[in-house]
Amino acid sequence: MSIFEAPLNEHTPPWPYKVDYDKVNELTADVLIIGGGTAGCHAAISARKKGADVLVIDKANVLTSGSGGSGVDHWHNACTNPVSGITPEDQVDTFQECRKGIATSEYGSRASHYITAMESWEALQDVEEWGIDIRDVNDDFVGADFRDEETKLMFAYDYDSKTVVRVQGAYIKKAMHDEMDRLGVKIKNRIMITSMLTEGGKIGGRVIGAAGFHLRTGEFYVIKAKATIVCTGTTTRLWVFSTELVGANSIHDDPNGVGDGNAIAYNAGAEFGQMEAGGRTVGGFRYFGYGTGNAHNTWFACTILDANGKEVPWVDRDGNEIKDVAGRYKTAPGQKMFYHGPPPHPYETQGPTLTHDLAERIESGEFVLPFYADLPGMPELERKAIFGLMVGNEGKTRHGVYEPYTNAGYDPNKHMMQANVLPPEEAGVHKPWWNGQGPPQWRETAFGGGGGLAYDWDCRSSLEGLYVAGNQMLGGGNHSQSASTGRYAGRRSADYALGVDHVDVKKSQLNDERERVYAPVKRKAGIGWKEFQAGLCRVMQDYCSTYKAEETLKIGLEWLESIKESEGQEVFARNPHELARIMEAFSRLTVGQMIMEASRARKASSKACDFERIDFPEVDPPEWDKYVIIKRGVNGEVEISDKPYDYWLKEPYASNYRENYDSHNGLDENTTRPKLEAAE
Amino acid sequence: MTEYNQAYMVSNPLAPCEVVEINPDNCTGCRLCIEVCRTDVLVPHPEAREVPIVLFPDECWFCGDCVAYCPEPDTIKMHVPITEKVGWKDKESGERFRLGMKNPPPPYTVPPIGWKNIKEK
Ligand code: SF4
Ligand code: SF4
Repeated sequence: MSIFEAPLNEHTPPWPYKVDYDKVNELTADVLIIGGGTAGCHAAISARKKGADVLVIDKANVLTSGSGGSGVDHWHNACTNPVSGITPEDQVDTFQECRKGIATSEYGSRASHYITAMESWEALQDVEEWGIDIRDVNDDFVGADFRDEETKLMFAYDYDSKTVVRVQGAYIKKAMHDEMDRLGVKIKNRIMITSMLTEGGKIGGRVIGAAGFHLRTGEFYVIKAKATIVCTGTTTRLWVFSTELVGANSIHDDPNGVGDGNAIAYNAGAEFGQMEAGGRTVGGFRYFGYGTGNAHNTWFACTILDANGKEVPWVDRDGNEIKDVAGRYKTAPGQKMFYHGPPPHPYETQGPTLTHDLAERIESGEFVLPFYADLPGMPELERKAIFGLMVGNEGKTRHGVYEPYTNAGYDPNKHMMQANVLPPEEAGVHKPWWNGQGPPQWRETAFGGGGGLAYDWDCRSSLEGLYVAGNQMLGGGNHSQSASTGRYAGRRSADYALGVDHVDVKKSQLNDERERVYAPVKRKAGIGWKEFQAGLCRVMQDYCSTYKAEETLKIGLEWLESIKESEGQEVFARNPHELARIMEAFSRLTVGQMIMEASRARKASSKACDFERIDFPEVDPPEWDKYVIIKRGVNGEVEISDKPYDYWLKEPYASNYRENYDSHNGLDENTTRPKLEAAE
Repeated sequence: MTEYNQAYMVSNPLAPCEVVEINPDNCTGCRLCIEVCRTDVLVPHPEAREVPIVLFPDECWFCGDCVAYCPEPDTIKMHVPITEKVGWKDKESGERFRLGMKNPPPPYTVPPIGWKNIKEK
């Protein structure tokens, strides 16, 4: 008797929900939204305001789902707010600058960045209308450097450019959920979408809906939709998987994010860009995000003391020491804005950091580890902003950090939080404050690091009827980007949907899908979902690590295909929950194939994509300054092409952002905020 | 046989810690925690109004949403595993503390900025 059979006997409690794998439910909507996280909720609300009948499908509960589901504390790119120091054009210019220097594919010139720059502040005002405090409404911070006295807006990081707003968004998803209820958006929770439905069942055909199953009852769902928006999360746990590590090995991104949307859109024939990009990770070995003392991100720009109480100097981008705390939040003379973060952030956008030679000075013994975040030594209002406002409202840190730490006596006015103890060369660098650096075979595409669906100025994919917003876009990003692109894609998909008819679903496509999806529950023995999932990760580690080459990528692709057709046909489920975990592993397998195919196609290394080819070591040669585009052809074969890096500014589009935005944004009287006439 | 000599054949615990713990004296079995949990860590007890069952602790994201939404005070608690426990020290005295230490200092009771009970939102 195997360990899998052992628990199934007369003492095994039955599944707590009534299961019916044979039941088929049919739903209809003008606009179907797959994934009700930040992007999905904003998309639903804006499509509904356009008059569309909207249905949101989520694997969890829209009340709390998604990577932003447990709250948000700061909101990026609000560069049209009344006191912003920069324009949307400045914002996209800095993204472009960042791409030159920093190894993350989040940056670059993109339509999504411009859409975000134009609509982030609008989306934030939406959120305020739904009941979230985005200002210092209780006057907790009167007189703070980061507070604008007239608007009561509070800013983070760069207090000169004023584009990152500190918000009290612990319950932001509830506010969105209530607004969707009010507007009559339909919501169906606990359903996993496993495939897109296409006209005539053909790869590359118009997307006419989707199909999936319920995670508790196992029932099948067929949704007919005139337009569909992919709003699912990024692909977590594709290289590193262990459910015995904290957060199911996905501390930052919602573990429900597995790239379902990308996998099913790829299978339907949509085009993807930059899938080869990614970054290194330590998976679930990290500390709770923002839960250790540090000087970056939420904790920017906290004073850092060494073990003997000696202060680590802050310096400007030229390495000159900054004497006062206020100076850490200022741009350099002539600089429009900065990103908080260490070198190699490009000079143009580099902000104040801890001293650039910190590693050497630790090694020489001048500074002694561990370091401490000296919140008690910070000005009172800065301390209150970092801990009371940001840690107290950020997703997962209210209940994971603020509550347990303060209950255990941590007092930010008296106590210095210890920083993660790291090797000197990492102690003080941005990410490793709470991460450390994983081995080169551990990678991830999460948090804006990977590629995604290629899209046009309507946020439409290459397939008719299929739109995208948020993290599954080519180089998706943060909360504000998900909100802004969701808002935009919601309008454009509704405009399209209201002008077309429903198309009947091809029966054979549904029958094939039901047979595929339910196969694991019909097996009585075989392998469990965890072995299947971990096996895929092993292939990714071995054949798609930081060091890539043609031969190993080819073997990796063979292995994934082989696992799909052998072990993939043995994996079995004893309830709908396990079935979902298996189908997620199949989604990840598809994403893994996409990444390996795209990696084979890029025959050069790339800093911007954090991408190394041993056999093509040249870094970013000019002829490779473009996106590798992959898709499935009509017979399912892989097709490779490319697009210019700034294809949104090339034919058939106008050559500047503003013109494209103005002619495509779809804003009308129902979706434009009434502009208050200037009093003067 | 004394009670402690009775041993059992049981599987190893799967998760990094006992992720959430419900106080049966306070729990009304309303199942709100089950509804907000993103990965169905919690499932309903077969009996109505009974304490939910922690079925998939290995899939807990440590988001605390179950804690945020529970209508009964001091009823559901999220545990921080030892691997995530951090330390700090008093700036004046240099005394070191650690999350989980014996005899911890008294709680710091100032709520986060904008703190509201979920029911008020
Ligand atoms: S902490 Fe989050 S993931 Fe864990 S049981 Fe509670 S709601 Fe579920
Ligand atoms: S939400 Fe609280 S009271 Fe309701 S079932 Fe869960 S633990 Fe019990």
